[in-house]
Amino acid sequence: MADTMANAAPAARFLTRDRIIKWAPLLVLGVLILLFPFFEWLEDIRAGEAHAYLIDSRFFSIRNAARIGIAAAPALMVAIGVTFIIIMGSIDLSMEGTVSVCAVVFAFAFLAWGGTVLSWAWLAIPAAMLVGAAMGFINGLVHVKLKIPSFMASLAMGFVGTGLALLLTGGDRTRVEDPIFRSLLTERWFNFPVMVYVALAFLLIAWFIQSRTTLGRNFYAVGGGEELAHASGLNVERVRLMGFTLAGVFFAVGALLAVGRIGIAETATGNNFMFVSITAVVVGGTALWGGIGGVWNTLVGVLIVSVINNGMVVIGLPAYVQDAVLGILVILAVVLSTDRRSVSFVK
Amino acid sequence: MYELRKVDKKFPGVHALKAVDFKVNRGEIVGLVGENGAGKSTLMKVIYGAYQPDGGTVTIDGTAVRFQNPRQAMEHGIGMVFQEQSLITNLTVMENIFLGYEARFVKFGVIDWKAMAEAARKQLAKVKLDINPATVTSELSFAQRQLIELAKVLTLEERIDGDLVILLDEPTSVLAKEEVDLLFKLVRELTNRASFIFVSHRMDEVLDLSDRVYVMKDGEVVDVVDHDAAEVDAIQHKMVGRNVDKEYYREQKQQPYGNEVLVSFDAVSAGQRYKDISFDLHRGEVLCLVGTEGSGREAILRTVFGLQTPTSGRVTIKGQPVSSFNARSSVDLGVGYVPRERKVEGIVAGMNVYENMTLSQMHNYSTAGVLKTGAEKSLARSWIERLAIKTPNENKDCGGLSGGNQQKVVLAKWRSGGSDIILLDHPTRGLDIGAKEDVYEMIRAMCDDGAGIILVADTLEEAIGLSHTILVVKDGQFQKRFDGRPGDKPSLYDLVHHMI
Repeated sequence: MADTMANAAPAARFLTRDRIIKWAPLLVLGVLILLFPFFEWLEDIRAGEAHAYLIDSRFFSIRNAARIGIAAAPALMVAIGVTFIIIMGSIDLSMEGTVSVCAVVFAFAFLAWGGTVLSWAWLAIPAAMLVGAAMGFINGLVHVKLKIPSFMASLAMGFVGTGLALLLTGGDRTRVEDPIFRSLLTERWFNFPVMVYVALAFLLIAWFIQSRTTLGRNFYAVGGGEELAHASGLNVERVRLMGFTLAGVFFAVGALLAVGRIGIAETATGNNFMFVSITAVVVGGTALWGGIGGVWNTLVGVLIVSVINNGMVVIGLPAYVQDAVLGILVILAVVLSTDRRSVSFVK
Repeated sequence: MYELRKVDKKFPGVHALKAVDFKVNRGEIVGLVGENGAGKSTLMKVIYGAYQPDGGTVTIDGTAVRFQNPRQAMEHGIGMVFQEQSLITNLTVMENIFLGYEARFVKFGVIDWKAMAEAARKQLAKVKLDINPATVTSELSFAQRQLIELAKVLTLEERIDGDLVILLDEPTSVLAKEEVDLLFKLVRELTNRASFIFVSHRMDEVLDLSDRVYVMKDGEVVDVVDHDAAEVDAIQHKMVGRNVDKEYYREQKQQPYGNEVLVSFDAVSAGQRYKDISFDLHRGEVLCLVGTEGSGREAILRTVFGLQTPTSGRVTIKGQPVSSFNARSSVDLGVGYVPRERKVEGIVAGMNVYENMTLSQMHNYSTAGVLKTGAEKSLARSWIERLAIKTPNENKDCGGLSGGNQQKVVLAKWRSGGSDIILLDHPTRGLDIGAKEDVYEMIRAMCDDGAGIILVADTLEEAIGLSHTILVVKDGQFQKRFDGRPGDKPSLYDLVHHMI
């Protein structure tokens, strides 16, 4: 993001529309981080237990930041996967099924091959990523070769995945209790568990792919102008296929972190990832019609969603209100980021 | 009865209509001719209410009117029969005819289909079309659809008291000869109720049908000719009569072309788009395809670039017969395509200058899929300097550059990748004069470098001024070949004569 900022030509006006749109997600995140402690502060005053604003806040504390990080890490992986797809101007809704299958396959393989990272069971990690890649690849094939719109192809693949996971587990939960694997959650460096650093590492990988590889460039080209990408000799179908495959890998990483977090793999592991990841991508400012945005936007988007979820728990709002708030946020984000003068009809 | 006086219309950078006077009398058929970009379409749009004039007056029977939208124009009896088929093909004929005016068939919120079918049958009878109104439109031929468009506009007869003005925009472009005759007979019969404004590229048809012909050029009406006094030659001269400036097109820089053949077409056909096309493009040659819109010249370009697969014949590029037609293999053979719609196919807005330049040749600027951004940037910097592209730096978003500079980026994209067969589709469209001259300079420079260029020019002067060879295309077939040596170029009239 610092990179893109440096690119902005010196404009006559400081607050241009583009600039506001670009920085709005970060601004929203900042406001939220200050807003929740304020509610908390008000609440405590009303209860007669006044505390210093921010300083003694339960929300604004390292402990809580770690909690937000734990909740955000798997969602960030899934959201990054779908970010690439949305940059291409497509959409991928298969994440819930893919995450479930990857989680279940991982748990089965891990237990079957030794049950601890120190044995051959570590191979279950790349195996899960391969399964994710394969599911993404099939997803892409269905979309590209059968010429089915990506939202439909991926939604259907997602259902297939959920069904497959249920078939594999028979509805049972599988526990992964290897302490070394669980150290993803239990081991902490500088107050944050390892899984947060793993997620950040994959964020950097995603950033590298986005900004430094031909594949990343191709995503933007296809999303910015498919006709043009084609007319420049790009193999658009191949780009799409690789995009869906890459997304599958990131979904698998999300599944691994999700299993690491709760120590259980089941059909329901993938639940709720669709809503959270799509919300995060959109709220982060990546344009749904493709070509604009990136993984840093998605990081901000995931943090916004996680902060809202966490903050509402801290100030004691019920869960169903949280979903409603996020839903409204999505609509607001799209309304704010769409230049409606240039869009005549929306199908 | 319908009259425009001193009507003006300006768009950013273009004065599309300059004080146009235009008049249609009761029961009259008025023709409207002019080159592409002469202002015909703008004038039509002002008449049927899609554009509002910036100056001048519009009167119907002496009363001043101002239409905010086409629907208001229709309520005053002005209807448009569109050139692009405007019917919704998945609806039935009757639904199309009464689209937006279903209210009269609605009872308690439910459409009375029988009544609508009955009414539709009446409309179809007016255009002598005997089909079931419940037919889905996609099942009909183009000629039938054209008649339904007319029938749709003729529903104005029932809705409006008073006279109608009906605009026909290129109604014959998809019709066969007999169908054209039928349409013309119909139009003549209908003049007891309506006046017509007839726009066509086919000069003979305009002269055949019209009582008077308006000739437009550069946004002005340059002549009005009565049917009896009209002559094809005279009108064509008026349409194109401009001075060709040798300096402007860099004719003194035109060098003879080489012997090596880059692209060779041998009796190539592509379905209905073009037939039996043969030509050779040499190193250093500018070959210009001249013809009206839809004559097949764009389809030929697209075949060279691999976007349009021919149905028969042989295409050879640099001595190799082309077997699979796709953009990738054409690019690999050194073909570069500069499309007409810069925004759609030329540059990716949102990507910066260097990203756009290397888009077609990323494999040269990456190792194992990882981009060498430094090399990309230095390439971009050298081409920014070489072509004098006006941009603060190579990181600037291409969407923010002016049209001329975007065009330079597109050219740099192909030239920097070593493409030596350059296809230019209206490369100067929408550019101001300075930017056009830059493009002409680049064309000469590319020829000096040994590239071959196939050009579809924006104007005929441009075609004549720039090219070594001119091929006139009409209805998908070559009509005539001209050699354009400096000082011995064909005249505008020579070309127009074979085009229309």
